[in-house]
Amino acid sequence: MKVRSLLKRVLVPGDLDAQLDAIEKPVGSLGYDPWGFNVDTNKIAVALFKPIFEKYFRVEVRGIENVPADGPVLLTGNHSGQLPIDGTLIAYALATRQPHPRLPRAMIERFFPTVPYLGNLLNQMGGVLGDPVNCSKMLSRNEAVIVFPEGIRGSGKLYRERYQLKRFGNGFMYLSMQHNAPIVPVGVVGCEETIPAIANIAPLARMLGIPYVPVALPLILPAKVILNFGEPMQFDQKECSEEEVTRRVDSVKAEISKLIDKGLQEREGLF
Amino acid sequence: MANKRNTSKPAIMITGAAGALAQQVIKRLREQFKVIAVDFREQVYLSDDIASYRIDVNKRGFEDIFRKHDIKTVVHLGRMIASEENRMRRYNSNVIGSHRLLDLCHKYGISKVIVLSTYHVYGANAYNPALIDESAPLKAAELTMDLIDSVELENLANIYLWRYPDLNITVLRPCNIVGPGVKNTISTLLSSQYTPVLAGFSPMMQFIHIDDMADAIALTVVKTKGGIYNVATDDWVAYQDALTSSACRKVPILSVPPVLPRAISSLLRLKTFPSYLLNYFKYPVVLDGSLFNNTFGFKPQYSLNEIFRYYRSMKS
Repeated sequence: MKVRSLLKRVLVPGDLDAQLDAIEKPVGSLGYDPWGFNVDTNKIAVALFKPIFEKYFRVEVRGIENVPADGPVLLTGNHSGQLPIDGTLIAYALATRQPHPRLPRAMIERFFPTVPYLGNLLNQMGGVLGDPVNCSKMLSRNEAVIVFPEGIRGSGKLYRERYQLKRFGNGFMYLSMQHNAPIVPVGVVGCEETIPAIANIAPLARMLGIPYVPVALPLILPAKVILNFGEPMQFDQKECSEEEVTRRVDSVKAEISKLIDKGLQEREGLF
Repeated sequence: MANKRNTSKPAIMITGAAGALAQQVIKRLREQFKVIAVDFREQVYLSDDIASYRIDVNKRGFEDIFRKHDIKTVVHLGRMIASEENRMRRYNSNVIGSHRLLDLCHKYGISKVIVLSTYHVYGANAYNPALIDESAPLKAAELTMDLIDSVELENLANIYLWRYPDLNITVLRPCNIVGPGVKNTISTLLSSQYTPVLAGFSPMMQFIHIDDMADAIALTVVKTKGGIYNVATDDWVAYQDALTSSACRKVPILSVPPVLPRAISSLLRLKTFPSYLLNYFKYPVVLDGSLFNNTFGFKPQYSLNEIFRYYRSMKS
């Protein structure tokens, strides 16, 4: 706690501190929420991520005003890049949006809580175990939640499959309908090039109990990233068949696909 | 005079009466009820107007208490905690003993039974969502045979809850109960100068002050709303931060591979950090207490800071 307070004093400038304080967050008396989000760790992460966002990935953000200022919302994007860089960039973009910043929560892979230090750190920064109950509870508390319906199928894909959307799970659509939460599609361009992988050592991944072991350069490349936020999509809350839900999911997938194409056209070079 | 006053009051049996929580509950109920205190560890003297028995629920003579007093309500707080005794003794006391108690409650027409359970029944699992509600599966037995008694006690209470609705069984699953006099695992850890932690793991926890928990139990006695309820505060803190706030010095134990901390705990015979409870110091079990709060109009009074101040003051 002392280290955290010291780091916060040293690393978080006063204006950023005040800006993040202004965002309403349902935390307890010691700055934690039920999922382990910690106000101070989040501030330190945002402060440390500023140069990475602005200088390293030189992120261009378009259409972020489409994310409602309050109420439950699902930010649904394409997943890529082996590490959860895409989720972190979307979260940073929304946390520093002016006006109406929000601190969205990213659903993280189920294997992270088992990793010492990293699991707790991701929780403190705002990451939440990717479980439908968690997502449902957060939406009922009016949180903005980042979801990647491709899951590890998206993040673990190889470079040759870049920008090809994998199968989307239907869970996010049910949650959107249940909580009357709009879906804001997000097209992420650039993260595919951050850690281009040429193969996946599946047996080693199985042995280590992790989703994949990519064969890639041991560094994160400074690819230029473009985030395109689409118009919010609202779906009828009435119960419907799985077929109809899949059709709705496909419509979100198609929107994300359009936003990816838009980003690819806007991009002038990989770096 | 005291006895005369007592005859007009409904009788209430409180098991585990030697425990700090039971004594706080008795304090709150003795004005309204004729309290019958029972404990198998010791005979507690509370005052002249409180009948006190030292007896094991499994002994034949236990039934005599029901014969002698016209008991209307039973508050079953006499359960062995997970770090007490051994697996078999806990099973005998918590499962076989509770079974007998519930049978007697049915036989003697008790109209309300309150059973103290624990959040341990949910199990500490890496994939636990936060704000677990009462309908979540009880996964504790999946982790270890050492927690079977906790889950079995709940299963029993559930069977009686549905089979004999007249018993109006209320099962309470509290988060960590802490505060003066509490001798459970977490309270002992917060009281210690040096406290073990699993390196790299600091799960979210909830703490409820013993006075608040006693208030919660007293509310369930007064208001009849049978069912299963989590009892938890709407405040959360990471385990290692709770230790820092309680002025404990953390002693990290290597956490990977998982067999290592279990071996260390077993070798050093860490009573308050037993190998079968290690997952509770690794993964969170965060409860949603809103059902209890809304049903009984309950609002805990003690903040986390007040709770930890008590443990800090113990060390200064």
